[in-house]
Amino acid sequence: MDKMPQWADIVLIPLISLILAAVLSALVILAIGENPVAAFKLMVEGALMRSAGWGYTLYYATNFMFTGLAVAVAFHARMFNIGGEGQAMLGGLGVALVALYIPWPHWSLAILGATAGAALFGAAWAYIPALLQAKRGSHIVITTIMFNFIAAGLLNYVLVNVLRPKGSMDPASANFPDATKLPTFRDMFSTADNIMFRGAPANVTFFLAIAACVLVWYLIWRTRLGYEIRAFGFSESAARYAGISPVRITVIAMLISGALAGLMSVNTTMGESERLVMNSTEGAGFIGIAVALMGRSHPFGVFLAAILFGFLYQGGAELALWTNIPRELIVVIQALVILFTGALDNMVRMPLEKLFLALRRRNV
Amino acid sequence: MDFLTIIQVLDSTVRLATPLLLACLAGLYSERAGIFDIGLEGKMLAAAFFSAAVAYATGSVWLGLLAGIASSLVLSIIHGLASITFRGNQLISGVAINFLAAGITVLVAQDWFQQGGRTPSLPREARFNPIDLPLSETVADVPILGPIYSELISGHSILVYIAVLAVPLTWWVLYRTRFGLRLRAVGENPAAVDTAGVSVIGLRYAAVMICGVLCGIAGAYLATALQAGFVKDMTAGRGFIALAALIFAKWRPWYALWSTLLFGFLQAIALRYQNIELGNFVIPVQFMDVLPYILTVVILAGFVGRAIPPRAGGEPYVKER
Repeated sequence: MDKMPQWADIVLIPLISLILAAVLSALVILAIGENPVAAFKLMVEGALMRSAGWGYTLYYATNFMFTGLAVAVAFHARMFNIGGEGQAMLGGLGVALVALYIPWPHWSLAILGATAGAALFGAAWAYIPALLQAKRGSHIVITTIMFNFIAAGLLNYVLVNVLRPKGSMDPASANFPDATKLPTFRDMFSTADNIMFRGAPANVTFFLAIAACVLVWYLIWRTRLGYEIRAFGFSESAARYAGISPVRITVIAMLISGALAGLMSVNTTMGESERLVMNSTEGAGFIGIAVALMGRSHPFGVFLAAILFGFLYQGGAELALWTNIPRELIVVIQALVILFTGALDNMVRMPLEKLFLALRRRNV
Repeated sequence: MDFLTIIQVLDSTVRLATPLLLACLAGLYSERAGIFDIGLEGKMLAAAFFSAAVAYATGSVWLGLLAGIASSLVLSIIHGLASITFRGNQLISGVAINFLAAGITVLVAQDWFQQGGRTPSLPREARFNPIDLPLSETVADVPILGPIYSELISGHSILVYIAVLAVPLTWWVLYRTRFGLRLRAVGENPAAVDTAGVSVIGLRYAAVMICGVLCGIAGAYLATALQAGFVKDMTAGRGFIALAALIFAKWRPWYALWSTLLFGFLQAIALRYQNIELGNFVIPVQFMDVLPYILTVVILAGFVGRAIPPRAGGEPYVKER
């Protein structure tokens, strides 16, 4: 069958979807009596024109890179991991246990420990739904949704009854020791007379996220396992015929996905709050869905989409601060991006395919 | 625990089970026709806001109900477009609808009422109020049966009775009408329905629309009967509990009634008692909160009474070309 050129598939369709989402968002802003152009200017100013704004944008982007990669890896095996939120919550628990109960001499070692803890706990939380999908055929979307709620309940219980310091009313763990404090961008990039990224939470975990992008790229396109995951996602029966075990690939892909989602908590829990709080994930697990869809499940696409959403998040916070537009505008934009790049993909794709076919016929 | 407490807990069970039941039946129509719907939550939320807002503005709760249903139907149409017409991923569409509702309701609420994303509290006449069934005063003093009738069965809002009546109605529609037969067939084997000359697309749109109406009633119940007004995120995961109840019920109407009553009962217990002490052993309230989800996972895993979804669920239908 004739196809569109690849660049149209990778660049043009997401771009058109994004423009559609942006136009609709602008209409929403108009409908509530604000000026979309002024709002956009304010977002750009707040998120991109100052180093502190960038510090927030990149902080959010770090979270979204991890959760976006998590969803993307599962997508490659044709699974929809909607449980990133729960896996990230458990990842936070892993980080907290590592940070609170192991006396770390230096942050560079602590971040390695936290990474291991977050990945282990996140993967463990994805393991049961993966096993149920692989062995019992329980739909992974439903089980991971249920596991999100179970994770919230579990975390609530652990924070209130186990990790909460005596005498504290807050459902949160004790503060982590000073040695586990990760260097922020301010510590890293400021000079004596020029302080950069003032007050912003972006920290060294950002580079961990970039490393994760590169590793996932290598895994998916340069290793045997990645090939098996893609083959399985492309056609389960063909993969089975080629001797690839569906159970093994389902479980491994979900373990990797869960571990990546869990890693997000290194950024939020160790990098920012420096203790485990109740709602540390703040829906980033779900934003991973939008990021993976927009980035076409490619690590580089995820990287770009994560920065875009980081910008939206920080810009949205600025809007809420200076105008009457509540932060929920970002939720609407996020919904529209998921709708157009995910569910309504064919609405954009079908006319474009026809257009390209018509052009090609004329050239022949 | 004395008799009156039991009656009170059961009464609160009925109240809390009603939105679950309506949403569960909504999902039942949709999923029986082969359209997965994880957007129940969003549709309820949108309906809750618009019903409360319109009821507040017009003073008529019935207009509010209509507005709630209309808003839920708009989201249903989006879901239908995405999953039927454009053959997109139904799960992703559901996720998008949930976020759309979560964002739009707060955005519009802030614009209309400036109260931080909520509607003003509804006055009594703009709500669905409890109705007393005939004779409830007279028999109230009869031991055992009297309180059961006057406290538990009587004294709910009209929507509760509508929800209960929707169960036999759904059973009748699904199993005793031609439409129901075709609806179930389209969820199992759409190609066969198509071969018989019946429109797969038409049937699936019909199912998605019925789903929208029921979610609309469920949302309106939350904001105009269970509570007096809309607050941000007021559905609080009920759409997903309804989804769990639907699986628990194995996609059947009468079982849906029992499973939503069970989950409503769990909610009522968690609301009334915090931690439950059984001798030396304490059941934490968080465990009661997540019990519906754990039960659903167990059922899904198929260790006890396996749940098998409609066969063509989640797959867009492509006519042979």
